[in-house]
Amino acid sequence: MTATEAVTTASSSRPSRRADRAAGSGFDWGQPFVYLVAIMIVLVSVVPVAYVWIGGFRSTPDLNANPAGWPDPWLIDNYLRVLGSSRFWGSVFSSSIVGVGTTLGVVLLGVMAAFVIARYDFRGRGALYSLFAAGLMFPLTVAALPLTILLRDIGLQGSFLGVIIPQVAFALPTTIIILVPFLRAIPGELEEAASIDGASRVGFFWRIILPLSMPGLVTVGVLAFVGSWNAYLLPLLVMAAGGMPQDLWTLPLGVQQFSTQYSADTGAVLAYTSLAMLPALAFFLFAEKRIVGGLTGAVKG
Amino acid sequence: MSTSVIQAGPAATAGPAPSPRIRRRTGQGRKWLEIGLFAGPALIVFLAFVILPVVLAAVYSFFNWNGLTPLERFIGFDNYVRALTDPLFLKGIGNNFTILVASVLVQGPIAIAVALLLNRRMRGRGLIRALIFVPYVLAEVVAGLSWKLLLSPRGGVNAVLESIGLGDLAQPWLANPDIALWVMFGILSWKYLGFAILLMLAGLQGVPAELTEAAQLDGAGWWRIQWHITLPLIAPTIRIWVFLSMIGSLQLFDMVWVTTRGGPVGATNTMAVYMIQYGQTQPGFGSAVAVILFLISLAVALVYQRFALRRDLAGATTSGVR
Repeated sequence: MTATEAVTTASSSRPSRRADRAAGSGFDWGQPFVYLVAIMIVLVSVVPVAYVWIGGFRSTPDLNANPAGWPDPWLIDNYLRVLGSSRFWGSVFSSSIVGVGTTLGVVLLGVMAAFVIARYDFRGRGALYSLFAAGLMFPLTVAALPLTILLRDIGLQGSFLGVIIPQVAFALPTTIIILVPFLRAIPGELEEAASIDGASRVGFFWRIILPLSMPGLVTVGVLAFVGSWNAYLLPLLVMAAGGMPQDLWTLPLGVQQFSTQYSADTGAVLAYTSLAMLPALAFFLFAEKRIVGGLTGAVKG
Repeated sequence: MSTSVIQAGPAATAGPAPSPRIRRRTGQGRKWLEIGLFAGPALIVFLAFVILPVVLAAVYSFFNWNGLTPLERFIGFDNYVRALTDPLFLKGIGNNFTILVASVLVQGPIAIAVALLLNRRMRGRGLIRALIFVPYVLAEVVAGLSWKLLLSPRGGVNAVLESIGLGDLAQPWLANPDIALWVMFGILSWKYLGFAILLMLAGLQGVPAELTEAAQLDGAGWWRIQWHITLPLIAPTIRIWVFLSMIGSLQLFDMVWVTTRGGPVGATNTMAVYMIQYGQTQPGFGSAVAVILFLISLAVALVYQRFALRRDLAGATTSGVR
């Protein structure tokens, strides 16, 4: 990027290049360095994933002969086989139901609780926050066995809700811890103004807090969705052990099962793994812009 | 700035309404009703599906129980004594803390540095950010299976090393007890740096450009601006990341389970892996391990909260009030 371009593209809300130069030398050596570091980190992040994707285009004997080779020729048989199986699409469906249900549940319950903790003054507020924060210390693994027994007793074992409700419960601590500072940062003047205009606390929540905290809600929503999409232990206990048909297992269960069942067929395992990554990647690439780009405070507007 | 309605301190609440704004308050009943309606659902779900099972785990931990028979063979603290005298479990605790310290000291500075670097106008910024987040998006099962294939003796990593003349370095990475834990730490860092960077970037978005601009006009260089203005302003974000990272390190399970199951010879064993290994057939004993894991996490979290996070919560009542 040349200096001219930088000046023209720099918006008024950011430190301008002119000021940069006032502080330093004529040519900013930092910029090439930044790109170098960025490219290195990107390569480290992406190459292992690319290996899995590209490996999926190779036959298993080929992979065994030369693990680091390039596909020659590119074979799509592995991918076609996976895409033609009802089991893969059943897993996509199941992961979607569970992911959407978990996200909606945790965002709604989380923002309501965070609103109270962030903006009500009452006895026990600190205790309430600490209680939820303490939830961070309860890994699902600690509660896994009793949770399974509890779900069996209330008839949720082997159902979508049996995965969704506990996932909402275990995602609440992170959600609330992220949202509380967010809601707290919304200026008190806005609340005053709303109350002068006759809005109740509930009205303030719906009309001001929710819209203004949308970037934060998107953040926790994405985290909850990705967490649900990637969850392994709970679906294993509720779905696999709960007698749900294998076609309706979530993707991580499906991948694990597939890789165990076809462990000798490395090419097929790589293809299945690649395809299992795709939906989450697509969703995240879509949402990422909203997260990082959208986190600007309400005060500035 | 004047006092906002809800956050009026006790003195303002007790006295006569100092301004017309307060007239709307119809008393404590309404307030508690709202608090109950807003926080109630989350609280109920949380208590029923997080707290209750954990309490049940504590109960089971005092029994010699196979999960099938009635819960009647009470054995006191025997399960705890057995766990805490098992060298394999002690090794697991040590591994958890090694990963914890390494995560905070290595991943934290890298994440902050990368976020600072990327929080500027640059070509392809969006793409770079998106690609860095890729490992975080993957399921641990998927990432673990991928790395297991890559790091196997006949896997991609060794093949690449041989092809560039570094064949001497080739080895069974996850099967070598001397280095397996650090290889595991490498995989975890690869997986979770994206999350740290995401959080730091979100924190950086909250730093007003006016402040850094003003500092620039006053002649402050890039490093001084980051050190004296940006870092202090994103300190709450950093503290929360450290907290999440520490707790995550202590609860480490999925990645280890998928790649090594705690091997070789306990080199990558963790508390949670040990718990699942024994807890499946001996839920009583497994629950005792779960309680130990919980108590250790709780102790770490309380100490950290006492010294670091308390400041963030203390601001809760005052921010936006004065």
